[in-house]
Amino acid sequence: MRPAIFTARGVTKIYEMGEVTVQALRGVDFDLFEGEFLVLLGPSGSGKSTLLNILGGLDVPTSGEVLYRDHNLTQADDAALTLYRRDHVGFVFQFYNLIPSLTARENVALVTEIVEAPMQPEAALELVGLGHRLDHFPAQLSGGEQQRVAIARAIAKRPEVLLCDEPTGALDITTGSLVLEAIARVNRDLGTATAVITHNAAIAGMADRVVRLADGRVAGVHTNSQKISVSELQW
Amino acid sequence: MLLRRLRILDRKLVRDLWAMRGQALAIAVVVGAGVTMFVTYLSNFDSLQRTRAAYYEEARFADVFASLTRAPLSLEPRLRELPGVTAVDTRVVADVTLDVPAMTEPAVGRLISLPDAGEPRLNGVYLRSGRWIDPARPDEVLASELFCEEHGLAPGDSLTAIINGRRRRLTIVGVALSPEYVYAIRPGEIVPDTRRFGIFWMNRRALASAFNMEGGFNDVSLALAPGASVGEAIAALDPLLEPYGGRGAIPQGLQVSAWTLENELSQLQTFGFLVPLIFLGVAAFILHIALTRALALQRAQIAAMKALGYSNGTLAWHYIKWALVIAAAGAAGGVVLGAWLGAQLIDLYNEFFRFPRLSYRLSAGVAAASVAGSLVVAALGAQAAVRRAVRLPPAEAMRPEAPARHRRSPIERVSTGVALPLAARMVLRNLERQPGRALISVVGIAFAVAVLIVGMAFIDVMDALMNEQFTRLMRQDATVGFVEPRSARAVYDVRHLPGVMETEPMRTVPARLRAGSRTRTLAITGLPDAPRLNRVIDRERGPVTLPRDGLVLSRMLGEVLAVGPGDELQVEVLEGRRPVQRMRVAMLIDDTLGLNAYMRIEDVTRLLREGDTVSAVALTLDPAEQERFYDQVKAMPAVGGVSLREATLRNFREMMAENMNLQISINVIFAAVIAFGVVYNAARVSLSERSRELASLRVMGFTRAEISLMLLGELAVLTAAALPVGALIGYLLGQLILLGFNNEMYRLTFVFLPGTVAWTWLIVILAAALSGLAVRRRLDRLDLVAVLKTQE
Ligand SMILES: Nc1ncnc2c1ncn2[C@@H]1O[C@H](COP(=O)(O)OP(=O)(O)O)[C@@H](O)[C@H]1O
Ligand SMILES: [Mg+2]
Repeated sequence: MRPAIFTARGVTKIYEMGEVTVQALRGVDFDLFEGEFLVLLGPSGSGKSTLLNILGGLDVPTSGEVLYRDHNLTQADDAALTLYRRDHVGFVFQFYNLIPSLTARENVALVTEIVEAPMQPEAALELVGLGHRLDHFPAQLSGGEQQRVAIARAIAKRPEVLLCDEPTGALDITTGSLVLEAIARVNRDLGTATAVITHNAAIAGMADRVVRLADGRVAGVHTNSQKISVSELQW
Repeated sequence: MLLRRLRILDRKLVRDLWAMRGQALAIAVVVGAGVTMFVTYLSNFDSLQRTRAAYYEEARFADVFASLTRAPLSLEPRLRELPGVTAVDTRVVADVTLDVPAMTEPAVGRLISLPDAGEPRLNGVYLRSGRWIDPARPDEVLASELFCEEHGLAPGDSLTAIINGRRRRLTIVGVALSPEYVYAIRPGEIVPDTRRFGIFWMNRRALASAFNMEGGFNDVSLALAPGASVGEAIAALDPLLEPYGGRGAIPQGLQVSAWTLENELSQLQTFGFLVPLIFLGVAAFILHIALTRALALQRAQIAAMKALGYSNGTLAWHYIKWALVIAAAGAAGGVVLGAWLGAQLIDLYNEFFRFPRLSYRLSAGVAAASVAGSLVVAALGAQAAVRRAVRLPPAEAMRPEAPARHRRSPIERVSTGVALPLAARMVLRNLERQPGRALISVVGIAFAVAVLIVGMAFIDVMDALMNEQFTRLMRQDATVGFVEPRSARAVYDVRHLPGVMETEPMRTVPARLRAGSRTRTLAITGLPDAPRLNRVIDRERGPVTLPRDGLVLSRMLGEVLAVGPGDELQVEVLEGRRPVQRMRVAMLIDDTLGLNAYMRIEDVTRLLREGDTVSAVALTLDPAEQERFYDQVKAMPAVGGVSLREATLRNFREMMAENMNLQISINVIFAAVIAFGVVYNAARVSLSERSRELASLRVMGFTRAEISLMLLGELAVLTAAALPVGALIGYLLGQLILLGFNNEMYRLTFVFLPGTVAWTWLIVILAAALSGLAVRRRLDRLDLVAVLKTQE
């Protein structure tokens, strides 16, 4: 078996908001292996984003242990997490989160400026099929295009993992397909381990492995014997 | 393209600033206003201080001054031997009544001796025009520049002095300046009267023979070695002069011109520091508001950048740079404008401070300090906002902000039944939803009112000062001063002058007050126990009746000497038999001008161990007889000078008009600029926050007028709430400034009239209306699609 990039054991997360506490994760064991394409499936509120944020170093668990290779993320401080995100992780968010005052190229350059040996921003945009939209501002791009810029921005640093939180959540089917294509291509061509969150079970078919979350727990893990391509997905 | 070469974050900075350029400009203007004032005032202060230092040095301005009745010249060598003394100059100085052509009221001339050969050893006389006097011609004089300008006198002209009862023609051959009369104030007056006080330098022999001073002198100046103790020199000088009627030596710092100049300078410094500081504080506050709001809109961007691996430090610096760029732009403009205004202002000081040359100089230090100060203030204003925004955990910031919890507003709940229009309901709910935010906006706009009040109230403050001094306190029309103290019969002589209605005797006596190691030399004023003309007034308690057996001191003098009611002072009289006696401080009064010490007139004469004597008579005049009074009093022997309330008031007004009015105008203009900046900023902030919501409403079919009403209604409510708050803040700031402003010369009361408040409100309402208009134009151009398409 391929070596694991992430190893999470017994991860819990409790949000306290005044008197109410929300248990978002209730003891999750989770692995992500090198080069793997993984889909995290589950109903809204099941804890998918929470888990992904913890893996990506945006948040810390209440208890449990998360290893990135041999680094223990649970013991890292804020500065260490920042460095970790900068050097190893690529993020894609549901709402793209592009900087509106920067062009597509500049949004990508925002990342390539601060990491070592990045791709050229143009090459990254070419890879997601936006080589012709370099100097457009986010407001001049469609939702799908914006999301592909976000993917280019995430992969331009040549990250070891690509974490995508409902990348197609705000998109229609055709546009969503283009975005998923781009993600799949990165996974295939660059070998970047990829975890994609969705609540759309149809997307699960394109994964190597599917992890189902329900109510803050892992409800099942399923390995696809055969991956299907984006164009064959039944939406 | 320049932008290309910038780092990505800096490109973002430039574009973000450009997107909020109106707001950025408004803030930059506010910062610029503060910096302009800093530069204007402090560069003037700096220029005056340098000029003063250079002049005192160049003109050999003495370190110690003393006047006496008469001492023989043989005393001079002993003076030279005093500790620390490097130079001694003795002179003959006499005040005379002048008869100036085309002026009915009498003027005072001070005659100062010039050595027969060469220049004075100390207190050099600078010849502006004409020539030096010819020792062979006893009637030739040099005349002070201000007096000549005032009367259009030039070398070759002459005027008449009444010397020892005899009229004598003096011919002006030169126009001159002296470091002793940079600020020419007549003894016993509170403001300079350039029309009625002239300084004349004449040959020593001529002057000495007119005043029986041959082989003697009545004025001493000493120069001390650097580092020598002034106190020791005075302590050694006084006993030497005492047998000759020495009236107590004073250090340079207490010499009238030097003291006044110093007070003016320190006032310029506080004024030039505190007021701009307040303005900059306001700039920092609105920068804080603007940035807090702008950063709230960038929440998701900040989170994304953190997710991409940008550190808190990098992001914080990025946003602090926003503030710094804005402040730097404002500061640069402020330095340029301040240098220009400063150069204008210096001409004004030239009007009543006379230096051989007063040149304006903006030192690099002042410019750099102003810029650095504004950057620091901007960074301080920004840092709290930035820190809060950047600290937010990225996972949290990524989540869309929960929809605000709305409720029916209390006004709606109270007024059930009455259906408020939708726009009004939305305005109220919005304000209620974020009371903290509304409060900050209110405080921001209130600052606009406050700076205007601070700027404008000084007109009222000065009026109150004049009213206090010239209506409540000085009720006499004129004061006739005698050369020597005279018996009480002199009061009757004055009463018989034409037009004199009411008289009141005064007995002033030069004395040194000593409390421990602290001393002050001044004139104690003896007055009737309940004076009607020369009233003694406490700013709180009103007219004061002088108590028996005790001194009444200005509170400021009490502070200088560190004494309070019940404490004892040593009073060393500096004339006549020179008694020394311990006296009790009966009362401190909170008065307005100068440092004063009062006693009952009978207590003064008892202290002096003499019969009833007077040194001056205050009187009221029948206006119809004024001319005849002037004529006769000019000819009256033994009269040293006549001071006129009208003239004093006029001089005071002129001085204020020249000095304060320009400063006040500058303050008011910049306060107005700031008010506009603040209000415009408040309007723009709420526009950018609400544009999404308003665009959604437009999409739903609301008209432009309807959504404008919602936004502008909110602005109107905030402005209305800010007006009274601003008056309160303005009052507090005014008090604060006066704490720094009050000195030995003036004590001001911070007051403002309802009319002033009305003006400030009007200006702010106008600013709000114009800002509203600008915002309204933006609302009309709101790009619905663009606003809704991009997730912030
Ligand atoms: N910052 C937070 N504060 C409070 N509750 C939170 C926070 N983030 C997530 N939650 C709660 O935790 C649970 C899991 O959320 P999330 O991981 O976002 O679910 P998913 O992404 O699967 O929809 C939800 O009930 C959500 O309301
Ligand atoms: Mg989610």
